[in-house]
Formats: sequence, structure tokens, C-alpha cells
Amino acid sequence: MALHWLFARRLAPWLYLAPLLAMVLLFWLTPIGLTVYLSLTNVSYKNLVYFIRGEMERISFTLRNLQNVFLGKDPFIASVAEVTLIYVCSVLAINAFYSLVLSIAIAFFVRSEALSTFLRVTWLLPRITPSVVYGLMWLWLIAPGTGPLYSLLAHVGIHPASWLLDKPYSQLLMIAINGYVGVSFGMIIYTAAIKSIPTDLINAARVDGASDFFIARRIILPLLKWPMLFVVSWQTLSLIASYEYILIVWGGGAPGTESVGTAWAAGVMVFPLYAWFQAFALGNYAYGAAIALPIVLLGIGLILLYFKVFGFQKLMQPARIEV
Amino acid sequence: MVRVKLDRVSKYFGRVRAVDNVSLEVMDGEFVTLLGPSGCGKTTMLLMIAGIYKPTKGRIYFDDEDVTDIPPKDRNVGMVFQSYALYPHMTVYENIAFPLRIKKLPKSEIDRKVREAAKLLKIDHLLDRKPGQLSGGQQQRVALARALVKEPDVLLLDEPLSNLDALLRVYMRAELKRLQKELKITTIYVTHDQVEAMSMSDRIVVMNEGKVQQIGTPDEVYRNPSNIFVASFIGTPPMNLIRCTYDESRNVLKCPNFEYELPSAWREALSSRTSDELVLGVRPEDIEIGVESPNAKARVLVVEPLGKDVVVTLALDEETSIKAVARAGTQLPTGEVTGLRIPLEKVHVFDGKSGRALI
Ligand SMILES: Nc1ncnc2c1ncn2[C@@H]1O[C@H](COP(=O)(O)OP(=O)(O)OP(=O)(O)O)[C@@H](O)[C@H]1O
Ligand SMILES: [Mg+2]
Repeated sequence: MALHWLFARRLAPWLYLAPLLAMVLLFWLTPIGLTVYLSLTNVSYKNLVYFIRGEMERISFTLRNLQNVFLGKDPFIASVAEVTLIYVCSVLAINAFYSLVLSIAIAFFVRSEALSTFLRVTWLLPRITPSVVYGLMWLWLIAPGTGPLYSLLAHVGIHPASWLLDKPYSQLLMIAINGYVGVSFGMIIYTAAIKSIPTDLINAARVDGASDFFIARRIILPLLKWPMLFVVSWQTLSLIASYEYILIVWGGGAPGTESVGTAWAAGVMVFPLYAWFQAFALGNYAYGAAIALPIVLLGIGLILLYFKVFGFQKLMQPARIEV
Repeated sequence: MVRVKLDRVSKYFGRVRAVDNVSLEVMDGEFVTLLGPSGCGKTTMLLMIAGIYKPTKGRIYFDDEDVTDIPPKDRNVGMVFQSYALYPHMTVYENIAFPLRIKKLPKSEIDRKVREAAKLLKIDHLLDRKPGQLSGGQQQRVALARALVKEPDVLLLDEPLSNLDALLRVYMRAELKRLQKELKITTIYVTHDQVEAMSMSDRIVVMNEGKVQQIGTPDEVYRNPSNIFVASFIGTPPMNLIRCTYDESRNVLKCPNFEYELPSAWREALSSRTSDELVLGVRPEDIEIGVESPNAKARVLVVEPLGKDVVVTLALDEETSIKAVARAGTQLPTGEVTGLRIPLEKVHVFDGKSGRALI
């Protein structure tokens, strides 16, 4: 009897949760543990094979990697951190706030259904375009002399020798490329939330004498508080770990090595890209892991913060509006 | 305060004719009710008057000004929505102050007016709450306060009492009526509850499927319904409608199991009928039961006590049953046959095909 009770109350829940816990362990905790472990070694392409075979006596442990990253012994870390900060903040502003303005404009101000759909599709296109094609499209757009966007901007007096290499134009380009592709996520969330505001509420405000602009500011915007928090949290998490478009457009590169990529010269080297480049282009796996560590720690910290501030349940209801 | 005039107004949603060729004039300070079943176009009418919808056809006037193309914010209309439509993120105070803040009134004046309106509607103790923390009746009063605080020329009320319990509804009915008379605001009230319409309105507009069926005082629509729809929609229990055939040579209605003699003076009125199929209408309370010289005989099926009255269901024949209202205490054993008198001065005759009232 007691045994049966014990099973039902204590063990059964864990049994049901076991597959999920196994997944968390396998795909989340293991990589984190591995990252920490690896960052404490000197594993590179030279001795990777021993690491894989588990011949740990042929691998040495060192704090050098962590010192390089966290104590700034690597002279380039500071500039990577600075670029990352610029990158995350600017792209986040576009992805979370510009997309909000855009969604309200498209879902509320534009009365024509056809125009509204057209505008929505324009902003969704980069999302459904393969990354490589999207990257190439930008390279073509800003090609000096021939690119349509280059010519257009040259007309209004903006004509750097190279959009790819000249700071701060290269950094603006980085923000534009990542901003444009990231707008669609916020837009989908916001548009759904705006559409779920009861029409009566908007009509009541109109009858009360409100203009469209007043309704957008005083009725729609406050009702989008939760979707906004959701988009900001989600986008921050994905931005601190993203580098794919920068890699496609600029390539990698690390100073002081035989491979000086354009990303360095252009000032668009962000943390995850630096980690990727160290690990997979230069073969410094241990140092790559060490560079990735701040991102992992920041991510965990943010997740804990979000859960604490917004409450787990609230965060799990993306389209929630306060009605 | 203004006079509201609708001139042959229609509103189509694709192929749905929500409102179809409605003409209506609501006098200054009048309380007019739009009464009709669900989906008959009542809300659509209000939204056109408020300026939210533009009529597909027809014009709308406030006094002599054509407001058809004027946006809602320039119409000075107050509206209580069917759903109340309170702003969920604002407190009761902010909800009521909303229309005044748009008008950019000074803070002190806004405060005075909000508190005045709240007091009038007995919600002054709720000003700090959010709508989510209010009961249905309280929300309704907040919505009403928000509509009244801007001192509108026209007040539009869309089934404002439908979510309240029976007791609160009766109370709010009287309150609303008193307020309206006190403030003398031209009011258009929407309901599908005929008791509400009868007890509150100066005039009633009975609607069905987007069309006006009859416009008149509560007394008029009750006593002289212009067609079968109005006759059956107004009154509880509804008017008995008995299908009969007209025998023109003898001037009688051949009804199930009885014949009803008509006065010769009615011949002329009946000559406009489309066929000999006529409908004899008589309200349950006008039928006398157990009389000496009956028009008809019927078998008692059910007797339902209803407080001071009883509602009696009677079978004229196998297919036709009617209802009559008698005083409580009337001895009517079920199954027994009893004599009925249908008084001539109380009957209505409708055309069987068009439904139009002939008498
Ligand atoms: N925005 C709209 N789009 C399409 N059809 C609509 C729209 N609004 C109303 N209708 C249709 O118009 C008709 C009248 O609707 P309306 O809301 O005016 O009815 P109502 O009399 O207020 O009904 P209820 O008593 O249920 O509130 C209905 O058939 C409805 O389906
Ligand atoms: Mg309605």
C-alpha cells in the first residue's frame, strides 16, 4: 500500500518527465558543460584527435583562455564586446520597436486589405529567402557603382568607397541586414495581438472622439505591453547568439593570425562570430569555447531574469493582450 | 440636443442586407427603441448613426445638418456598446475621463465632471478600479457614465441591460429612464426584449431582417400591430394566430372547429386581401373562458400558474392550439371542453400570404 502510494505520488511524475529531462540534459546541459570543460583545455586542431579518443593525458589544462576572455588579455576582446553591444541594441531596436510601429501602421492605419497584405509580404520575404541568397542580394544592392541601393544613396550624398569596409557604414549595413530580416518575427506577434483587440474597443474610442493617432497611442500601444515584452526577450536571446548574416556577407577573420578577414576591418566582428572563427576557421577549439562562454552565461542570466520579472506563465503566452 | 433623421438608409455587408431602406425620425429629447430579433440590424443602425459605418445608401441628418460623411469624433454622440467596450488598461476614472481628455478640457474641469457623472450613476466608490474588477452591472454603469460625461447630443444604447440579472435590470431600467428624462437627451435604445421596449420607450421601431416593420408608441404597436411579425413579436404570451379561410358570401371566417362571424362593415377592408386565407389574431388576455354564449369550443390542455394569472393552453382541434390568460383560481380541469368568447372589438385579421394587417 505504502509502496504503491510512494510510486504514484513521488516516482510517477519523474517517470513522465523523464524524456523531457533527458532532452534537457542532452541538448542543453551537456553543451554548456562541454563548453566550460573545453574552455579550460588547450584543445586545437593539433590535438583534437586525442580529445575525441579520450586520451586526456595528452591534453593540458590551462586558465589562459578564460584569462584572455574575461580579463581582457586578448587585446581584441574589448572591441568585440563593443561591436556586439552596438549590434544587439540597434538590431533589437529595429526588431522590437520599429516592427511595432510598422505593425500598427499596417494592421491599423492602412485600411486597404490588399495594400496591408502587400506590405506584410514585403517584410516577410527576407525570412523565407535562404540566408545565402539574402546575403548575396545585399552584396549586390550595395556594390559600389552598380548596386541600386548604392546609387540611390549616392544620390542623396552618401557614397562611401565601400559599404562593406568603411566604418561606420559597414556597421550600419550590418544593422540594416539583420534588422530587416528580424522584423518579421515581431510583426507576426504584434499583428496577431492588434487583430485580437476587440473592434468595439476601437469603435468606442472613435465615438469618444479619438483620432487614429490617439487610438494607436492610448489604446493599442498599452494593450500590446505583454507581446512587446515577449518580443524583446526573445529577440535579445536570439541576437546575442546570432552571426550567420555577418559571416555570409563579411566572412570571418582574426587579427594577429594569417587570416585577416573583412569582418575585422569592417568592425562587425561580434562575439559568436569570433567564437565561430576561432574554433572552426583557425581550429582553436578551446579558445572558441572560451569566447562562447560569456554568451552562454549572459543567455542563462537573461532567461532567469525574464522568468523572475515576467513570471513563467505570462511569458509563455505570446499573443496575450490585456482584455 | 438634436433631432435624428434617417432617410432611406441601407447598409450591405457583401450580400447581407444588414439594414434595408430604413427611414426614421427621432425627435429632440425622444426615447426611441429599436426592437427586433438577433441579427435584424439594430447594432448596425446604431453604428451608422455614430458614424462608425458609412451607409451603403441613404443619408443621415442631425437636425438639418447632413452628417453622413462626418467622422464619429465630430458628431458628439455618446454610445454604450453591447460589450460595454471599457478600456481594460485604464481605471474607471480614466475610462470616464477619456472623452474629456480628448477634448483637452482643463484638469480641474475633467475631475469635476468625472466625479459628477460617477456620483449620478453611483459608481463614485469604484473610480480606482480596473474594469476587470467590476461586476456586469457596475461595468454597464461605467460605460453609461463615459457616454454621458461628454454631454452628447445623441445617446445610443446597445442592449445595455442584457448582461444584468432580473432584479438589477428592472432597477436600471427605471434609472435609465429617469436619467434620460432629466437630461432630455435624444436617445436611441436597442433591445430584443419587448418588455424593456414597452416600459421605457416613447416610440418603438420594430425591425426584422434589416427592415422596419412598424414605428409607433408602445400602445400602438401593442394594440394595432401592422403585420403578423409585429403581432407575434410583441406581448407575452404572444398573440394567438389562427389560420382561417374567408367565406365572402356569408362573411364568416372558417376556423378550426368554429366559424367566426364578421360585421358587414369589414367587407371593404377585407377586399384588399391577396387570397381567402386569412389569419385571425387575438391576444391571450382578450379571450374569455367558460362563457355562456361562446364563439368556439376548446379542450383544456395545460394550466400554468403565473402569479396573479394562469396561462391556459387550449386545443381547438388536433393541430391548432391557442393560449388564453385567466384569473388565478379559475376552475379548469384539464381534458374538459370549455366555451370561449373571442370579442369582436379585440380581434385582428391578417392577410395569410403577405402578413399585412387588414383589420
Ligand atoms: N462587420 C460585418 N460584416 C459582415 N456582416 C455583418 C457585420 N456586422 C453585422 N453583420 C451582419 O449584419 C446583420 C445584422 O447585424 P447586427 O449586428 O446589426 O444585428 P443585431 O440586430 O445587433 O443583432 P444582436 O441582437 O444579435 O446584437 C447580421 O446578419 C450580421 O451577421
Ligand atoms: Mg447587436
